[in-house]
Amino acid sequence: MTNTREGRRSQIELPVGYQVEHDPDDLWGDARVVVNIGPTHPAMHGALRMVAKLNGETIEKSYCEFGFTHRAKEKLGENRTFHNFTVYTDRLNYCSALINNVTYALAVEKLMGIQVPERCMWIRMICCELARIMDHLICIGINAVDLGAFSFFLYGFHQREEAYTLVEKLCGARLTTSFTRIGGLMADAPDGFERELKAWVEKTRKVIDEMDELLTNNKIWKKRTVGVGVFNKEDCMQYSFSGPNARAAGIDLDLRRDQPCLLYKEVEFDVPVAQNGDVFDRYMVRLSEIRQSLNILSQCADKMKKGPIWSEDKRVRIPEKTVVHNTMEGMIHHFKFFMTGFEVPPGEAYTQFEAANGELGFYIVSKGASRAHRMRIRGPSVWHFQGISPMVEGEKIADMVAALGSINIIAGELDR
Amino acid sequence: MGKDGSVGYVTTRLDDFINWGRKNSIWPLPFGTSCCGIEMMASLAADYDMSRFGAEVIRFSPRQSDLLIVAGIINLKMAPVLKTVYDQMSDPKYVMSFGACASSGGIFNVYSVLQGIDTMIPVDIYIPGCPPAPEGVIHGLMRLQELIAQGQTHSQRRLAQLKQV
Amino acid sequence: MDIRHPIPGNGGDWAVKFGEIWNSQISQVRDTFGAGIEDIKMPDTYPTDVPIVYVQRSKILEVLKYFKESVGFEYGFLADITATDESGSPRFEVAYQLFSHSRLCRIRIKVRVPEGEAIPSAVSLWKGADWAEREVFDMFGITFSGHPNLRRILMDERWVGHPLRKDYPIRGYQIFTDSQAVDPERLK
Repeated sequence: MTNTREGRRSQIELPVGYQVEHDPDDLWGDARVVVNIGPTHPAMHGALRMVAKLNGETIEKSYCEFGFTHRAKEKLGENRTFHNFTVYTDRLNYCSALINNVTYALAVEKLMGIQVPERCMWIRMICCELARIMDHLICIGINAVDLGAFSFFLYGFHQREEAYTLVEKLCGARLTTSFTRIGGLMADAPDGFERELKAWVEKTRKVIDEMDELLTNNKIWKKRTVGVGVFNKEDCMQYSFSGPNARAAGIDLDLRRDQPCLLYKEVEFDVPVAQNGDVFDRYMVRLSEIRQSLNILSQCADKMKKGPIWSEDKRVRIPEKTVVHNTMEGMIHHFKFFMTGFEVPPGEAYTQFEAANGELGFYIVSKGASRAHRMRIRGPSVWHFQGISPMVEGEKIADMVAALGSINIIAGELDR
Repeated sequence: MGKDGSVGYVTTRLDDFINWGRKNSIWPLPFGTSCCGIEMMASLAADYDMSRFGAEVIRFSPRQSDLLIVAGIINLKMAPVLKTVYDQMSDPKYVMSFGACASSGGIFNVYSVLQGIDTMIPVDIYIPGCPPAPEGVIHGLMRLQELIAQGQTHSQRRLAQLKQV
Repeated sequence: MDIRHPIPGNGGDWAVKFGEIWNSQISQVRDTFGAGIEDIKMPDTYPTDVPIVYVQRSKILEVLKYFKESVGFEYGFLADITATDESGSPRFEVAYQLFSHSRLCRIRIKVRVPEGEAIPSAVSLWKGADWAEREVFDMFGITFSGHPNLRRILMDERWVGHPLRKDYPIRGYQIFTDSQAVDPERLK
């Protein structure tokens, strides 16, 4: 009863002896306060704006505004070659840039009919799971900071720095990686990478257990999160929720398991599902997903074998530097490749992948040129952010902060 | 300072003394909009720990802070907000342009992006990178501290000119 | 080598897995709507990953409802609404990406829209269609009839023009000196 919106409304207590004459919901006569939160408010993750009409402390009605970091990536997709656009995909969900790189590469490879070798797929899977863990660590860490648990954030962030070290070993960058190339990878994993990865996995397991003990049964944390920001299954379907937020409400769907790409068929993992769809469940789903991702990572490290990382397809193969610097043909090939780009055959495809936040989709329409005719990016955050207004209706204004932190809005993929 | 740690007396100019205090107690306002905001968080978190340089008191209110860290993209919809925040800060105020997007628009030369915040507000220090690594942020902060100690930031110079008038 | 070349590990098994489901669904839709279906493009003849169903503009809401609710379809998840500027006649194509959680297959429904004309809004079917349609309106200038709150979403409300149209210049800046005010109308 208390978890429904009507239930919450009926819980608003009236002072003893207070006579209700007109509207039973209207506690303060007609006194409503309009509060504008954002776009640079600390509780807003990134540049978002929310305008809420308050009755006392209860949100009666609110609307959201975004677009404060709109960078026109879809327009750029039509004006840059397919190879050039890889850089822009980093800046979508910048907490897990590697997943965006991989999904974009998969989307173009699907259009071109390119098969990448096995080692490349394993490395891509390692990238995805590393990025997923980093994203979830940020999400639950910042959510906890918003509710006052600062040390929890420091535990997570330290482990994230260690993960950055691994990512730096792979591609030399920390946040915006641009690691994948269409038909391959920028570089092979260095020697001994598997061993270091496994050491990191073992250490992270301990840290996650520690974080779990620190926060999960904390009384204050539970009071602030259980039953707050409830979004049930029907609402999730109405607002196209996906990923951990949908799984927290009982939608048992994970694209890694149900529409497998790369080599996800060959690894074993569970899909954590919760039932209530409140802030606490979203936190728990994310925490369990980190554990599952760690399992996948250690399996990947075991199964990865030496081999080529580039596809055999000559259209997308970046010429070797030794050839470029030593032969005329290689130099011409190099210039042609980077100046005009390769042509993608006509066609259209919607490629989806289970990103850290939910279903990340690239809908690319090609007309046979080296630039896309239409590059549509479906960021899960847009749909999640849309649900925040109905989610917090009837809640206290302080619970809005908890709810917003728990659905993990990333401004980069929200505004694109 | 004596060998036992007791301070006798030091002589200095009052301006230098004030600037020395200012440089070691910077209160930043993080204006983090996108990717750079995450790296800013990383430089504030335990591993890089900006508080070693006296800049850990994060204030989200422009009235209480003196360093505006513009971390990330400023687009044309956000630009008036940034201007308002800058105007609300009290003197002396310093601006750090964090990353390529804020400094020049970076790789986003498109219809919606402001091509560098220095077209709107004076910038004291630019940190290159997309996004800059935390080492770069700390380096930038130390350079800014040098500038403050010399009284060479935009707002300090403006204040000095006002005094002369 | 193009999209019709199946890639194992990247949806390469879809044609085998869902081919029969798609065929039976398409024939069922043809029977039900007849002339309401303008054209159908299947993956084996046209370079696309899932079947594309072109629907008449006036029939789009009925077709979406049919795909969402009929037994054997159950495309309950609206993955995306977007548009493309074809620069021809009719100028725009609006694409709905649907996903069925029970059958795990996808389908794409398209409507051709001439410039300046409206298409029915899908907000009555999916509340989440609200912002997606606002974005299409913002970026392409396609209006949706029956939309509760059709206004710009990514760009400032004073913006002129629609950025993702092919004739909009990529560096067409428009500068405003003040930010958008709170709109009390939207809090009623």
